[in-house]
Amino acid sequence: MAQIIKHRAVIQDSWQLLEQDPIGALPFSGDVIVPLDLWTRESDTLSFRLGRIGVWLEVDADPAAIAPDLDRFGVIAVRFAQFTDGRGNSLARLLRERYGYRGELRAIGDVLRDQLYYLSRCGFDAFTLRADQDPQQALSAFDDLSEAYQTSVERPQPLFRRRSKGHL
Amino acid sequence: MYLYDQIDQRIVDERVRQFRNQTRRHLAGELSVDDFRPLRLQNGLYIERYAPMLRVAIPYGLLSSVQLRKLAHIARTYDKGYGHFSTRQNIQFNWPRLEDAPEILAELAGVQMHAIQTSGSCIRNTTTDHFAGVALDEIVDSFVWCELIRQWSALHPEFAYLPRKFKIAVSGSAADRAATWVHDIGLHALRAANDEIGFRVIVGGGLGRTPVVGHVICEYLPWCHLLTYLDAILRVYNRHGRRDNKYKARIKILVKELTPAVFAQQVEEEWSHLKDGPATLIEEEVRRIEGRFTRPAYAELLAEDTFLNAMLAAEKPFANWHRRNVHPHKVPGYAAVTLSLKRTGAAPGDASAEQMDAIAGLAERYSFGELRVSHEQNLVLPDVRVSDLHALWREIRPLGLATPNIGLLTNIIACPGGDFCSLANAKSIPVAEAIQQRFDDLDYLHDIGELDLNISGCMNSCGHHHIGHIGILGVDKQGEEYYQISIGGAQGVDASLGKVIGPAIAQDKVPEIVEKLIEVYLAERDGEEERFIDTVRRIGIEPFKDYVYGTNYQTPRRHSRQLAAA
Repeated sequence: MAQIIKHRAVIQDSWQLLEQDPIGALPFSGDVIVPLDLWTRESDTLSFRLGRIGVWLEVDADPAAIAPDLDRFGVIAVRFAQFTDGRGNSLARLLRERYGYRGELRAIGDVLRDQLYYLSRCGFDAFTLRADQDPQQALSAFDDLSEAYQTSVERPQPLFRRRSKGHL
Repeated sequence: MYLYDQIDQRIVDERVRQFRNQTRRHLAGELSVDDFRPLRLQNGLYIERYAPMLRVAIPYGLLSSVQLRKLAHIARTYDKGYGHFSTRQNIQFNWPRLEDAPEILAELAGVQMHAIQTSGSCIRNTTTDHFAGVALDEIVDSFVWCELIRQWSALHPEFAYLPRKFKIAVSGSAADRAATWVHDIGLHALRAANDEIGFRVIVGGGLGRTPVVGHVICEYLPWCHLLTYLDAILRVYNRHGRRDNKYKARIKILVKELTPAVFAQQVEEEWSHLKDGPATLIEEEVRRIEGRFTRPAYAELLAEDTFLNAMLAAEKPFANWHRRNVHPHKVPGYAAVTLSLKRTGAAPGDASAEQMDAIAGLAERYSFGELRVSHEQNLVLPDVRVSDLHALWREIRPLGLATPNIGLLTNIIACPGGDFCSLANAKSIPVAEAIQQRFDDLDYLHDIGELDLNISGCMNSCGHHHIGHIGILGVDKQGEEYYQISIGGAQGVDASLGKVIGPAIAQDKVPEIVEKLIEVYLAERDGEEERFIDTVRRIGIEPFKDYVYGTNYQTPRRHSRQLAAA
């Protein structure tokens, strides 16, 4: 089983990621993360499986499309084809802040140590790093900066509001 | 000056530490060239033609003498003894070593400066009027709002990887001295009838290979909504801006493809979710930021100064300089002074370490230790007593900073061009020099009057050639450096984009062509008050085109001479 980072710790991953539409080859039990297409087409069938279900999205997905299903997912993953594609950052904030998703939100694909700080502020709490990255060494990235001006999923109040309430 | 508090300082210090770690891993082979690139760019570091180039932010153009001395120190210690002030209120060092970059950033952090997001596909340094805070026509002091935007944009977690770079300019005065119409977002600070501050929001302007004047998407945005509205614009752009083609990735293309009206609707829709949320500004914060700006302790002076008047009458060179390089001030008895970095023979915007140190000293003695960097690549002493102007002028002449050419043809705006930049098709600096040499006669220059001449070494338009009254663009013609000439561009409230007058020309022909354009203007102008740009607007580009390329055009003077001879 692969290692991932979740809640700032390295853990063994229990989920199986189905990269492609499996067409009939779906394992009957176990936790799987399926592509959005498959979920859209087969959500009822998928619900009869044993094991939990997750879905993975490309960075340009419309979060409204899965808004009604959010509580049925054990994980939502967002796949970065390139770490420089910031659409995934907006998608994560929308899922968290607009649609109220509280479950695991995982960044997958071209995910590098130096992206973790921004991604976690946008609401990702789990990360499957690119194969050449060392998850243990990457953990320090969350502490690269200790303070930030803006609102974020991690700290919804911007610095100026926390200042004014005397929390600093 | 805005003074950092502990948290501002901590953020900048930790950013340096983060980049030091990234650079170390890169040099150790743990972070590949490709993975390191966006990280170094967002810390201002390019890898250029001959060496890395480090671009340091001078947020909204405000600089203290202490900071300028630090820049001089960096130029001397890590570079070849000079720096280049760019058109976006940044300073660029062209010869630092990659290994030294973290140390340079640490030195900058020591004087409350940084290079955060000075390049890369992110929100860049916010720029404004170089006369903010002192201008006679000021409506709102734009510095406070620029600092609020600086803090909001610095290390914004959602907008670090946009489709392309993103530039915001703010104007707080009646005249627009910040080129707001040609930025990704332009903001005009306004006062409503009840005196409440708000902003006119312009999006989708820009230069580059597709020059466009921006569109107003909101006529009046109350101040408290500024940051949530910016979040909404940036989110629409981040999600829907094109990423398949870097030449179509700027927000102006999205605005054009959607139409401004549809883009505005999408922003409104996004904003409806963010409006009144936690990022809504509060008065306490605006006051707090205002309070962190130091303000000059102005003396009570008379507006008129008899000594100044006597010197103006007695010394013509001083009067010339005063006419071009001294600007009105909202406080009686004070003036703002432009120190020209455009003397003939020096690359536009370049300043040596010695000049920087000397200017820092002048700022301390004449202007409360404060300076401005203008987007026209000059430095400004914003708060000089009018009674000191003559003494100041005598000091800056030997430093080569008193060229009385502000607003005139030889105040050329130019990018570093092919001498330094790996993107450039052609050189800019030798072209600027050749033009300055050709127009070295000051009386002639003053006769020509106000004229903006801008040079860019390539389509990226760092020299803003589209908004020059005369714009010169370097192009590649089968491996040769050629120059395309346009006329009729302008910045300011009546901003317009120049029109190309014909085929590109060789480098050595450029000064001659500029002179021909001037000849047509001088012959056609309707009195001395009519500026070059006004004449172009009145008679169109055809007469200029004909005279440069063809034989159809005859200047009226020559025409009448021929008639007389016949």
